[in-house]
This record gives sequence, C-alpha cells and structure tokens, in this order.
Amino acid sequence: MRYSLFNVIVNGLTGNRFATPAWRDPEPRPSYDVIIVGGGGHGLATAYYLAKHHGVRNVAVIEKGWIGSGNAGRNTTIFRSNYLLPGNEPFYEWSVKLWEGLEQELNYNVMASQRGIVNLIHSDGQRDAYVRRGNAMRLAGADSELLDREQVRALAPFLDFDNARFPIKGGLLQARAGTARHDAVVWGYARGADQLGVDILQNCEVTGFLRDADGAVTGVETIRGTIRANKVALAVAGSSSRLASKLGLRLPIESLVLQAFVSEGVKPLVPGVITFGAGHFYISQSDKGGLVFGGDIDGYNSYAQRGNLPVIEDVLEGGMAVMPLIGRLRLLRQWAGLCDMTMDGSPIFEIGPLPGLYLNAGWNYGGFKATPASGWCFAHMIARDEPHPLIAEMRLDRFRTGHVIDEKGVGAQPNLH
Amino acid sequence: MLIACPYCGARDAQEFTYRGDAAPARPDPASPDAEEKFHDYVYLRDNPAGAHRELWHHSAGCRRWVEVARDTLTHAVAATRFPAEKEERS
Ligand SMILES: Cc1cc2nc3c(=O)[nH]c(=O)nc-3n(C[C@H](O)[C@H](O)[C@H](O)COP(=O)(O)OP(=O)(O)OC[C@H]3O[C@@H](n4cnc5c(N)ncnc54)[C@H](O)[C@@H]3O)c2cc1C
Ligand SMILES: [Zn+2]
Repeated sequence: MRYSLFNVIVNGLTGNRFATPAWRDPEPRPSYDVIIVGGGGHGLATAYYLAKHHGVRNVAVIEKGWIGSGNAGRNTTIFRSNYLLPGNEPFYEWSVKLWEGLEQELNYNVMASQRGIVNLIHSDGQRDAYVRRGNAMRLAGADSELLDREQVRALAPFLDFDNARFPIKGGLLQARAGTARHDAVVWGYARGADQLGVDILQNCEVTGFLRDADGAVTGVETIRGTIRANKVALAVAGSSSRLASKLGLRLPIESLVLQAFVSEGVKPLVPGVITFGAGHFYISQSDKGGLVFGGDIDGYNSYAQRGNLPVIEDVLEGGMAVMPLIGRLRLLRQWAGLCDMTMDGSPIFEIGPLPGLYLNAGWNYGGFKATPASGWCFAHMIARDEPHPLIAEMRLDRFRTGHVIDEKGVGAQPNLH
Repeated sequence: MLIACPYCGARDAQEFTYRGDAAPARPDPASPDAEEKFHDYVYLRDNPAGAHRELWHHSAGCRRWVEVARDTLTHAVAATRFPAEKEERS
C-alpha cells in the first residue's frame, strides 16, 4: 500500500480496518542469494538498495531481536557531513544527499529535518581547526559556514557566551545537517525492502556459520534453523567482534558503551544541533519537546548496554558549562548502546576476509547518519564484488598498510576516538 | 566501579586511565614476520563479551599499571595484580 494523505484520511475514518501491516513476518526459507545479518538501519538499507538497484531480491535480513532494537533505535538521530579527511567526507556528504530525498524515496515519513548543526569555537586554535574543516567540507561539495560570536548568539541566545573558562568565540555551521526519527528510518527501509521481496526474519539470532571444505561461508545457523546463502553479509554494529569470533576472525574493533539522555518536554528552544567544543557535550530538541543530549563514550570495553554514573556526571557538567538553563530541567530517560569502536575511528567495509563473507562494521558512535550511504555502498559491494568508490579507503587492509583514516589523530586507542 | 589497586587498595575507577586488552605483547622487531606480528599487536583484538584481562593506569593514585580481570558484560572485577606479578588479589 502506498501511503498518502488520502490513505491516512480513509484509514482514519474506517478505524484502520483496511490497513495492512507495513512488512510481512515470513518463515525462513532454506536458502537465499544473500543473507544480511543484523536488522539495524545498515542491514535494512543494504537489503533495500540490493533489491532496488541491483535486482538482488532473494534476500533475507536476519535479526536476533526486533528490527531497530540495537543502536538504530538508541541513537541521538543526528545526521551531518562535517568530517575532515578525504577518506570519509565524500561518503558522509553522499549520505546527507540521500537523507534529503529519503522520504520521497521510501514513501515514508522519517521526519528528516535539516535544522543545522553548530560546532562551538572556544579558542583561536579551535577556530583555525574549524576553518580547515569547513574548507575540507566545501571541497567535497558539502556546505559549511563560519559564524562569529554574534551570529551564534542570534541562533542560540541561551548559551553561556562569557563562561570564564570556555567563552564562546564563534561556531562552524552546517545548515544542511539535521535530525531524523531513528525508528522511522528503520521502519521505512524495512517496508521498502519487504515490498521488493526481501524477507525480514526477526527473533532469529545467528549462532554460527556454515563453511565449506575451502573455508568459504555458505550460510548461517540460527535459533530458527539452518539457512544457506551464496553470500553472507554482516551488519551487526556493536556485535561485530562477537560474530567474527565464530569465524575465527579478530577485528580492529573494541566495543564500548555510549549513553544518551532526554529531558522532560519543553516549548521549542534549541533550534538545531549544538556541540560544545571544550568538553564533549551535544544537544538537540526532539519534535516532542524533550532535549536530547549526550557526550563521551564510557571509556572501557563493555557489552553491558547500560551506562555508568561517572560519565553521566561528566556529560551534565559539560552541559551546565555551555547551557546553564538545563540545570532547571528534569532528566526523563537515560540509556546506552554498544559502539563498535575501530582502531582509527572510521568504519570498515570489506569483501571477505573469508570467501562468501562481506563485512560492514566499525560505526563507532556515528553510524546513524551513515545509514543511507552505507546501505547504498554495501549493496554495491555485495552485488558487484567490488568496493563502491565512496568507500574505497574504508577497507580492512588500511591498518596493515598504514593508510588509516584517523579524524582525531589519537592512534590505535579506540576509547579515545 | 571499584578497582583494587594492589598498592592503594580499592579505589574508584575514575582514578584510573584505561589502556585496553592486556594480552597483546610487543613482538620482536627483528623476527622475519615482524610486520605481520606488529599488525596483530597494534590493531587486532579479541574484544570478548565476558572475561577480559585489561590494563588500567592508576594515574590519579600511585601511578602504577594494574592488570585487571573484569567481565565486560557485568563490569564485575574478579581480580587485580601488577602486570609483572603472578599473584592475584581480589
Ligand atoms: C547513545 C547513542 C547515540 C548515538 N547517536 C548518534 C547520532 O546522533 N548520529 C549518528 O550518526 N550516530 C549515532 N550513534 C551511532 C549509531 O546509532 C550506530 O552507529 C548505528 O546505528 C549502527 O548501525 P545499525 O543501525 O545497523 O546498528 P544496530 O541497530 O545496532 O544493528 C545491528 C543489529 O544486529 C543485531 N544482531 C547482533 N548480533 C546478532 C546475531 N548474532 N544474530 C542476528 N542479529 C544480530 C542487533 O540486534 C542489531 O539490531 C549513536 C549510538 C548510540 C549508542
Ligand atoms: Zn594505586
């Protein structure tokens, strides 16, 4: 069923009696052309573009819980393309372009809203760094604008401009950045993929892999039985090492936890996304009115999927330094997700490293924005057995050859990226 | 989270700086397969969900390195020791 205003009115007036489920709940078939493990944004977008652009429709997305139960449903929903390095920036800019047309593409309201992101500047050195970044963004076709203090004040008068330690001296604006409703992105891609024939298998944890005599991956063992495939693609984000270990593989990844927070709802206050440049704190406002914010990852390996108190304190201290009025608000909810932090802080796309296997991993704390472009490029990689040009530098062998994509320049220390 | 520093006793994890997996050992740069081994040492990790041996620096305390046996699913610290020592404390 195609969604339209007419549709909404008819279904509303008839009590949804003629509405159909947005996707099927099929039984697993014995085999598929392609199995994608992981029903987060990346897995579902990959399935959608495989079916849509590459004619590969005999595809299953296998998810251990419900789709979107991982990070796709836990993130703070920001998309942007304000990266510095040539290995990253064109990819993220393509993703922003896909966000700009995603609702029309999927016929689904993902509530993509280009409300802009401002990275605050607190020192001269930081201004230099942001000028360089802004120029790098423009070279890749993205938009960027350097704001002075008064321009920032016009956008966000509630910030503490004269904080004794962290005065605000300006900002780097990307006006085309924004937020989207994360669950709707998952549902939109799921519905789109399903309509093109993709089977979405929920509550179907992958527990092992089928291998042939040469070691090639030929299928998966799941709690709902064995499923064979010509190609098996992993898109399990924070669980990448856990699944790779079942294939005897070790990855340049450590899993750490990132927390997020939502305050009680207030009237429209924060115009876009604002990031504090002196500590780690970022904030936006949801359409429901809650202030959505976060900061640093909890600094040590963890699969606990819950956060610890010291980081909550640290995030709130950063918040109080830049935007003291949040001290009067009550915190409504707090949660955490597993981040697959890589050794250079950038993602990994790989054909292999075993025959029949394809790897999409290493999204760190920033893979939501990448969802459309990741699906686009991973589908290309799986269908054609060659990397899409936008992800050519994101291969596994970059660690071996030294061509790492280290935006922060902190080296092989995942908890610092 | 409390970490029992063998020197200072049980201290808040906030006093420590995290380094990561304690298992990787610096390979011999003169060995013929040194390139392969260094790749492994610098970049590849088991990253287990469960028991993990890891290095924490007691940076706001005695400033010694402590090897901690910790569960990455529960955060429970099972034992600690100085990396060079065999004896475990819990
Ligand atoms: C608190 C928080 C805030 C964030 N904020 C932002 C942000 O503002 N902007 C941004 O760009 N990014 C953000 N991110 C990062 C972003 O959410 C992730 O990088 C991205 O969602 C990862 O891709 P995914 O959606 O495919 O992952 P997931 O949704 O995690 O998908 C992986 C799926 O694999 C499934 N799976 C795992 N193991 C198995 C198995 N054995 N068998 C079957 N299925 C399995 C999981 O259940 C999960 O559903 C944030 C992350 C967190 C935790
Ligand atoms: Zn000590």
